[in-house]
Parts: sequence; structure tokens; C-alpha cells
Amino acid sequence: MEFSEIAKKVSERFGDQVVGVVADAIDPWIEVAPPAIAEIARFLRDEPSLRFQFLHCITGVDYLQTDPKRKIEGQPRIELIYHLGSLAHKHRLVVKAVLPRWKDGIEGQLPEIPSVSGVWSTANWHEREVYDLMGVRFLGHPDLRRILCPDDWVGHPLRKDYEMPLEYQGIRGR
Amino acid sequence: MAVEGVDPELAEFDVRTDEILVNMGPQHPSTHGVLRVVLRTDGEIVLDATPHIGYLHRCAEKIGENVSARQWIPYTDRMDYLAGMNMNLGWALCVEKLLKLEAPEKARHLRVIIVELNRIASHLVAAGTYGLDLGSFTPFMYAFREREKIYDLFELVCGARLTYSYITIGGAMADFPAGWLQRCERFLTEFEPVIDELHAVLTDNAIFIRRTAGIGVLPPEVAIDYGCTGPVLRGSGVDWDLRRDGDPWYTRMYDGYEFHVIAQTGGRYPIERPGHPVPAAAVLGDCWHRYYVRMLECVESMRLIRQGIEKYSRAPGGIGEPIKLTQKLPKGEVYLETEAPKGQMGFMIVSDGAAIPWRARARSSSFCNLSVLSELCRGCLIADVPAVLGSLDIVLGEIDR
Amino acid sequence: MADFFANWLPNWLALTLAALVHVTLILTLALTAAAAFTWAERKVAGRIQDRLGPTRVGGRFGWLQAVADGLKLVSKEDVVPKNADPLLFRAAPYVSFCASFCVYLAMPFANGWVAQPLDIAVFFILAVAGLEVLGVILGGYASGSKWSLFGAMREAAQVVSYEVPLALCAVIPVMVAGTMDLVAIGNMQSGWAWNWLIFHDPFLFATFFVYFTCAVASVNRAPFDLAEAESELVAGFLTEYSGFRWSVFFMAEYASMFAVSMLASILFLGGWNGPLPITVWLGLAPNPATGDAPHALLAYLGNFLGMVNLLTKATLGVLVMMWARWTLPRLRIDQVMTMCLKYCIPLAAAMFVGAMVYAYAFPAGLIFRVGGGG
Repeated sequence: MEFSEIAKKVSERFGDQVVGVVADAIDPWIEVAPPAIAEIARFLRDEPSLRFQFLHCITGVDYLQTDPKRKIEGQPRIELIYHLGSLAHKHRLVVKAVLPRWKDGIEGQLPEIPSVSGVWSTANWHEREVYDLMGVRFLGHPDLRRILCPDDWVGHPLRKDYEMPLEYQGIRGR
Repeated sequence: MAVEGVDPELAEFDVRTDEILVNMGPQHPSTHGVLRVVLRTDGEIVLDATPHIGYLHRCAEKIGENVSARQWIPYTDRMDYLAGMNMNLGWALCVEKLLKLEAPEKARHLRVIIVELNRIASHLVAAGTYGLDLGSFTPFMYAFREREKIYDLFELVCGARLTYSYITIGGAMADFPAGWLQRCERFLTEFEPVIDELHAVLTDNAIFIRRTAGIGVLPPEVAIDYGCTGPVLRGSGVDWDLRRDGDPWYTRMYDGYEFHVIAQTGGRYPIERPGHPVPAAAVLGDCWHRYYVRMLECVESMRLIRQGIEKYSRAPGGIGEPIKLTQKLPKGEVYLETEAPKGQMGFMIVSDGAAIPWRARARSSSFCNLSVLSELCRGCLIADVPAVLGSLDIVLGEIDR
Repeated sequence: MADFFANWLPNWLALTLAALVHVTLILTLALTAAAAFTWAERKVAGRIQDRLGPTRVGGRFGWLQAVADGLKLVSKEDVVPKNADPLLFRAAPYVSFCASFCVYLAMPFANGWVAQPLDIAVFFILAVAGLEVLGVILGGYASGSKWSLFGAMREAAQVVSYEVPLALCAVIPVMVAGTMDLVAIGNMQSGWAWNWLIFHDPFLFATFFVYFTCAVASVNRAPFDLAEAESELVAGFLTEYSGFRWSVFFMAEYASMFAVSMLASILFLGGWNGPLPITVWLGLAPNPATGDAPHALLAYLGNFLGMVNLLTKATLGVLVMMWARWTLPRLRIDQVMTMCLKYCIPLAAAMFVGAMVYAYAFPAGLIFRVGGGG
């Protein structure tokens, strides 16, 4: 199926939960409202003409301007990018959800989004990695803890404003 | 009292004790790397196996936000360090897709030869170390002897034996030296009987079959659900290979090449070995089938290399120039997956117009392949855990990045 | 030998001296054999794996490598884990060692050359060899580590279970020969190769292979070596042992291998009697046809040749065990136990019945009994 058809199908079904459709990028994407992600994921997986049973990757991208020479487009935010694929129909889809960098603007409170680990089991580890490195809380995740960094690590390394700790358990960081 | 999900026959042999928590620690005599598996066992029967990763985490993705695209290539080498060329190719193709830069024809064929040679090397490690995990020391030596020859070929081409940084954005760093193609042909001729040797010592060996057939059976739906790719997916009978079914930007690298996708369809493999049928005890999706897919893929890779050598010799022109180190990348984001030996390796680049990417992401196949370990190990014996782990063929470099 | 000394010395001193001489000889032989086998193992492993093995220490073939290894092990730091039981941990290797070496006390090396002649030699050997597992269990338990405990339990289950088919298989030639005295069994097989018990009837022939398999299992060699399974349990019950204690365990293992192989040679392969009756031709052994007995010194030489013959056969058995180790993968514990209980024991029992029926039906043998008794 072509991207435009897929986007139409999803928009028809979910109306204003589909916040944006960008068709003219190299990898076209659908942007959805974060609270609806689990529902939309289930629809994408189970709808017979779509059958996106394969979740390739969940990526978090942090948009924050820390370097005066590199301006970001739009507001500071965290984008979650879901890459989906279908083995049956051999089509691909990119779904994005945009989150604030901190929940309710309070620094230290991680932004939240429902987990899709109930839809694709592989999301379990991918979401743990995004939680660990980017600091996004996934509601409804069965076992949300750090996966790559040690369990007692402080901070989320892939955020643009992250600073390496001075010391970790007696080892100098910088 | 029968333990849930366990063959009551197996339950006879366990020592009736409370549950024990056993640690297959990060230091372990398996060459898969620094992986910690915590086993909750009832005697010899594993109730739960939880892998703990992160011991090799070097945060290559953060580094990718601080160096230019070409400068990140050595970091990709060190992800799946057993198949460095495939990692380089994945990143190079991803950035080329962003730049809309097509490598010349000759470079395309060069890449196929190199990448398939590395696939053979990676599968040799998988087969050799799998034998080692199960107690068979000799095939390891034979496999690594052949790997040495591949190392020699790679050393002639780029100067390095393990971490190459050879395939780059725009083509490759240098063309094949004189006489390399003949040497490669000679290697292929010498390698064919070794595959038969490995079959004799491992694949057809009754003890090996008893240790791997019927163990760790992965149904195809579970494999797809857990995001397993590569031989793990094809070993469960799913006919999916990115070289044929993937992104057109990647599949056009294999335009004009004939090869089989190694997956059991209709009860048969595309390559038959006369006189050596699939053993009756082997169930589709078990360790034996995953291992067998890798062995047959070696044969297919040899076919691809031979075709590549012929096409390369006939292709006109040069192999292209790598882009400048500080070349500015256009705005946009691109995700591209390639078929690496261990599965589908995906790279994503988000660029805001500068030479240094805004975000570089690596999605490794072993990361998802390992997540299915807890499903596979439920109810098996402790001795089966290395068998299952070996059949998943993971490398911690790409799991932890 | 005690009688020999008793000519000049009081009885108790003669006995003690004789015992000391015997023990010294046996220890020398067994320890040298064990050291030689470590070298042979590395060479055999190397050649099977398409490489050379040790080539530096002691000339081109590296035959002094065993000495170098021994020196290294003796000079290592003495490490005892904190959780280990101090006395049991230190005692365990020696328990194994003693059990392995005591087997040689009843093992004849040639006609009449046995440290302690016993009418029940086979029984004694099987019983004492089974004590080796005590050292293993002690070692695994006393190490204070879960992994060692796992390995020890596995090994205990395996060795004790395989004692049964091993003993059954050993009983069959005993039954056919009619005596447990190994010297008598050996003498029974004098002459040409067809006098060997292995060729006595097809059941004994099959029994030899079952015996050999059970022997490999009872000394924990691959494919039954899950007690030392490197890739799963690090080194099983041996994990916490290093240096001299480890080498004692390994001496015990190689001595057991050699002993079990020697027992097989005596019971099935004619012992010190070769495929050809060379000693009779050379006049070094009593000729059964004419009844001539050679001079005492020549008889001694004949016995010596017999001993060399026996040691060669035993060594060949050990080499086959090494060959199997470096070729085959390892079996899982439940598969090992299945093999013992569902295959080896029924087979051994069937062979026993078969041999019994055969001996009843053909008391004088069929074709192959030319010389020797029945």
C-alpha cells in the first residue's frame, strides 16, 4: 500500500488523534497524539490491509538548542519515532509522537506516553532503552528499568543538556 | 508436583530443592561477550532466564552527535565487530540515502563481494563457537583457520583484520589491490570442502543433533512479535530477507544477482544435501534449524561472491570517491535497514543541515534477538541455555553499542 | 617378593619392604603415565585440530612439556576460597588420588607381576575405582560455590549410575573365564589373538564396546564430561581448584583412564599376551605344547615383554578416549542418564544372558578356542 493510502486509512479511523501527515520526506511519516499511540498501534497491527506486525525500532530524538550556531526548528521537544513494517504486505510506515521535554514543564519529571509493549513484545526492550537513554516514561510498561546504563545511574545520557557526572561510585567521569 | 510447562520426564532428574538463583556472570567462557544471564532454576530446570546487558555500553550514539558522518564509521565497526564491513555498509547506505548519492556500479559490486565475505566470516564464528559451547572443540579450530584466510584478504584490501572502516559514504576507501580477486577465488575453492567437514563434525553429528534438535523452539509469530530477524527468523520458517524484500535503496545493491533466501518453505530448504536429510528430531524453529540456516547461507554467500567477482571485473569506471570529511548533510531524517549476518541492522540519521548529524541511531539485530531468550529458556535444562544462546548468535558489541 | 625378602629379613620387615617397593614402582609407573598422557593429550588435540601442539619444550616434539606443566602447577599460589570448608577442601583431591591409585594394587602387569595377588581382583578394582567419586563430591561441596555443587552432583549421579553397567560388563568375561583372579584370566588368553576373550563369542565382542563406553562415562571423559563442562559451569567441581591440588585431581583422572583401559585389556584383549605368541617362540615363556619352562632370568624377560605389551594396549585405549574427546560434542546430563539406564544397562544385561547361554550351549567354544582354557 502506498503511504498516502495508509495515512488516509489511519486518519479516517482516528480523526484528530492524527496530528500531522508529512508525505514529502525521504521517509514519510504520520504524527499522532501521544495518548493515542497504543490504540493506533493496535489498529496498525491488527487491521488486515495494514498488518504492521513488525516493530523495527523506537527512537527518541531530543530537540534542544545547546549550540548557538545550530538552531532547531520548532519548540524544544522530544520526538519518539516508531518504525513499523509488514511482512505480509511488504510496506513500511513511520509513526511519530511528540512529547514535551519535561512533564508539565517541571524539570526532572519525565514525559509520559502509553507503552506499546502490549502490541509488540519487542517494544519492551526498545522502550526500556528510550527510558534509560532519553528519559521518557512509558505508562503500562511491565518492567520499566534501565537496560544499558547501570541501575543506579543518574541522568539520561542522550539528552542534549546531559552532563557526565563528576564521579560514579568513586570513578572520575571527567 | 509437576513443574509447569516442563516435560514430566525431565522432572524426574531434578534434585528437589527450593529455587536457586544462578548467575551466568558477565565473565563466562562463551565468546559471545559480556552478558549476564540470571537463571532461576528448580534443580536443573530453568524457570526463568533474564539477560542483563549494558556491560559493553559505550554510547556510540552520543558520539555520533559529536563527529561528522564519515568520522562515525569506525564506531560502527565496533558494534558487530565480527562483521565490521556490514556495519560500515549499513551506515554508508543510510547517509547516501540522505544525500541521494548513488555509489558507482563498480563500487556496488565491490561492496557485494566484501559484505558477503564478511557474512561467511561471521557465520564461521557462529558455527565454531557454537560447537565450543557444546563441548566440541575441533570445529572451532577449523572455522577459525578459514577465518584467518578471510582476515588475510581483508588485510590486503584495507590494512585491518577486524575493524575495517573500509566501506565508506560514496564507495570504498580504496580499490582491490592487484591479484586480490584471484586470491579470493582461491579462498572460495579451498573453503567449499571445509563446509562439508563442518557438516560432518557438527550438523550431522548424532550428539550435536541431540543437544540442539527440539531445543529452544521459536514459533514464527513469537519471532515476529519479538522483532527477531536474520537466521533466527528464517530458522523459524519465515521467508524474509532484506536483500530481496527490503528498502529499494538497499535491494538495488543486489540487482542482477541470483541467490536463494535460506528458509524452510514447503518443508524443504532451497539447498539440498543429498544423503543428509534434515534430522527427524529437528523441529522448525529450534536451535538446529537456526544453525543450519547459517551454514547454508555460507554457501549462498559464496555464490554471490563469485557473481560479484565476475560483475566487478566487467564493470567500467572507478569505485567512486568518499565524501569530504566535513561535508554538510542535507536536512532530513532517514532510516535504513540492511541484512547483516546476525539479522537486520538499522541505522537512522537525523540531520539539521550541518556536517555533524543531530542524531545517529543504530538498531541492532542482536538486541531484539536476545530479548527472546527468556521465552526460549523457560522449562529447559541449564545445559540448554548455552545451546539456545549460541543458536541466537549474539554479539554484545552491537547489543550495547 | 615378600618371600624373597623373608630369606634375609624378619617377616614383618620383609612385608613392609616388599610393599614399599611395590608402591614405589606403581606410583612411578602411574605418575609417569599420567604425565606422558598430558603431553599426548595436547599433541593429539593439536593434530586433530589441524595444528601442532607443544613443540618447544624438550626439542621438536615438546615431550618435556609435561614437566614444564607440572613445575608451573606446583609453583602456583595456594588459593582457598573464603567460603570453602578448610579441611574438606584440602582433603578432597587426595581422596580421589588415593582411590585412583589403589586400583593398581590388584592390577597385574604380567604373569605373576602384581602388587597384591587377589582372588577377587576384579571385584576389588571395581569397588575401589568407585571411591573416586567421593573425592569429587567432597571437592564440589567444600568449594562453597553453587557452580561447584552443581558439577559435583552431576558427576556423582553419572559415575555412580555408570558403575552398574560397568560392573555388569566386567562380570561377563569373569563368568566366561570362571575366576575373578586377573592373573588367571590373563594366562587363559595366552597364545594367538583368537584366544582373547573378546573373540570368544559375539556377546563378549559386543560387551567390549559397551564396557569401553561405560568406562569413558565413569572417568568423566567427553562426550560425558559435563562435570568439567567449561562452557557451562566454568569447570564444575574443579572451579575453585588451582595449582597443585588441580594437578592432583588430574593425575587421578588420567590414572583412572589408564586403569580402566588396562582392565579392559586384561579382561578382553589378552592382557600381556600378544596377538602372536612371540614369547613362546623366543623361549621366554612356558610352551603349552611341550611343557618346557625357560630359565628364571629368561622368564623374567618374557614377563617384561608381556608388561610392555599390556601397557601398549592400555595406552591405545587411552588414545582412543582422547580421540573421542576432541571429536565429539558433550551430552547433557539427562541424556547421559538416559543412555545409562535405557541403553547401557539393558544391553549389558542382554549380553550377560547371551554369554551365559553361549557358554552353556558351546562349553568347549565354537571355532576360536584352540589353546587355553574355557
